[in-house]
Amino acid sequence: MALVTSDNHGLRLAARYATLSLVALIFLFPLVFMVVSSLKPDQQLLADTSSIRAFLPVGDISLDNYVKAFERAPIGRFMANSVFVTVTTVLMSILLCSLAAFSFVFLDWTGRGALLSVIVATLIIPFETIAVPLLLLVSKLPWIGLEGLETGWLNTYRVQIIPWIADALTIFLFVQFFKDLPRELIEAARVEGASWLTIYRRIVMPLSGPVVATAAILKSLTMYNNQYLWPLIVVQDEAHRPVMVGLGYFFQLQIAWGEVMAYLTLISVPVIAFYLVLQRAFISSIASTGVKG
Amino acid sequence: MSSKLTRSNRAGWLFALPGFSLLFLFIIVPFFFAFWLSLTNQRLVSPNPTEFIGLKNYRDLLSVSIITLEPERTEAGEVVRDKDGEIEYPRVRTITRSDEFPQYRGMQEWFRWQSGDTAKVVIAADVVFMKALVNTLTFALFIVPIQGGGALLLALLINQKLRGINAYRTIYFMPVVISIVVISLLWRFIYSGNEGLLNNILSALTFGAFTPVDWLGNTETALGSIIAMSAWQAMGFHMVIWLAGLQSISPTLYEAASIEGASKWQTFRYVTWPGLRNTAVLVLIVITMQSFAVFAQVDVMTNGGPLDSTQTLVFQTVERGYGKQDISGGATISVILFLMVLMISAVQAFLTRERK
Repeated sequence: MALVTSDNHGLRLAARYATLSLVALIFLFPLVFMVVSSLKPDQQLLADTSSIRAFLPVGDISLDNYVKAFERAPIGRFMANSVFVTVTTVLMSILLCSLAAFSFVFLDWTGRGALLSVIVATLIIPFETIAVPLLLLVSKLPWIGLEGLETGWLNTYRVQIIPWIADALTIFLFVQFFKDLPRELIEAARVEGASWLTIYRRIVMPLSGPVVATAAILKSLTMYNNQYLWPLIVVQDEAHRPVMVGLGYFFQLQIAWGEVMAYLTLISVPVIAFYLVLQRAFISSIASTGVKG
Repeated sequence: MSSKLTRSNRAGWLFALPGFSLLFLFIIVPFFFAFWLSLTNQRLVSPNPTEFIGLKNYRDLLSVSIITLEPERTEAGEVVRDKDGEIEYPRVRTITRSDEFPQYRGMQEWFRWQSGDTAKVVIAADVVFMKALVNTLTFALFIVPIQGGGALLLALLINQKLRGINAYRTIYFMPVVISIVVISLLWRFIYSGNEGLLNNILSALTFGAFTPVDWLGNTETALGSIIAMSAWQAMGFHMVIWLAGLQSISPTLYEAASIEGASKWQTFRYVTWPGLRNTAVLVLIVITMQSFAVFAQVDVMTNGGPLDSTQTLVFQTVERGYGKQDISGGATISVILFLMVLMISAVQAFLTRERK
């Protein structure tokens, strides 16, 4: 009897793992296909789709597609642009949003409640609904640069960075986190005569590791992965183009799929690597956006 | 709570101002600007000054009418039929271009159906916009159960105590961290007609019984294909949200259910599902909002085609506002889109209201 149940148990366990693995295949096969295909010449890539070889690095394997992709488009430039825009925006965003949240939670000033309500209300404005008026706005905005006053922000880094620095979600995440910090800590420091800036720098921010990580991960994903629509309409010159818009170089009449796969692999693998290293932080960041409702 | 210790108008404003100013300039201003622009004829670049034109942009998008076409008749009053036996009708153009009906001027046929001998024709001022609107709503209608339901199944699957379960969670979540632009281009290849991976997989699974389909080149399958891919991409995202909900249900409830001898289904129906109510509303709303914003998939995979079957509201906003430099037209669609978002938010507020 005991033997039967244990058999049964083993069988059920096997069935569970089989289900889990089958589902895993559904989520993995396109990605495996992408990486494997990037190593094959076009003709073989197409021929292999009709068999299991589509998912195996077999046959004429080389890095030729990568070499050709680099010849076709200034990929290094696109990558550098994306990384620069992402890093700058994330740093500025964490600084300005945490400062604002600090003020909303710990300081008492006229208009505080009203301002915070306005910010929270902007949570429901999707970027897609303001893209067009924003396009008109940034095309007319002035800027003081090295050559003096200029008009228009199109085809610059700043147009990809500055509008994305402050957002309600990041401020909101910091507000939620700061609310749970012990207020006595702050008041004690005030009694001892610490300035607000000192309290922000020496007490609050050193305690805020987790929320900074969450904000940084979410913002990086937005800036690196999802920056497509906006740069598409405000950046026409190659010098400032980010990676996702750079894909356009590979949409010729005759698409060279091997090169496309090489480019897709190149721009995705860094993110996947980050994700695999920091997966717990990634997943809990995403989960925390769900808590906002 | 507020004490002299924390009272500081100067520091308060000083700390909040940099962040708030940016948010004001780049979110709040363009938001209100959109409403204003939708009442004008603003273009991105134009030699003429901008004029206030009232609700004309909205009329140009939203006007819809039904006209009835009488069949062509012979002098004897017989209905004229073509060689296939179909009734012949006068062209819609004869009405929309006629001086007799100035109210229909410029409108085009959207779709028609037959009732008795007459044909009812729905004409719209902007057929492409109407298709984009219907497609966007269709997208939302289908992706909510597919993505939300699929994600719940994943969450239930992953919410088991098994060795190595985290590895599976990591895999299911992986497409979420890859750009939708990358995913779309990858799937464009997977979906392609002849050498397409999906056709080959399906034909291998059915031992060749499956006839290949040009998934994105066909008006009947293009939108569905984009929906399926989008559901696949973000399912892991919603799995995580469901998982958080599942783990907030008290284990004592499950113990009670098992003592009562409840079946697996009964446990789900009477313990798990009621405990997930708020999570369900959240998932529903987030997916709906995301489906209203669909752009990259369409831009990369189909460009709105074939025959406008994958047009969406955001794609139209960009095509007009940027492509045709018709800022006011793009802004008008943006405002309509925002009103839809607002309605969804109201539904959310209603569903999650505090109940006595």
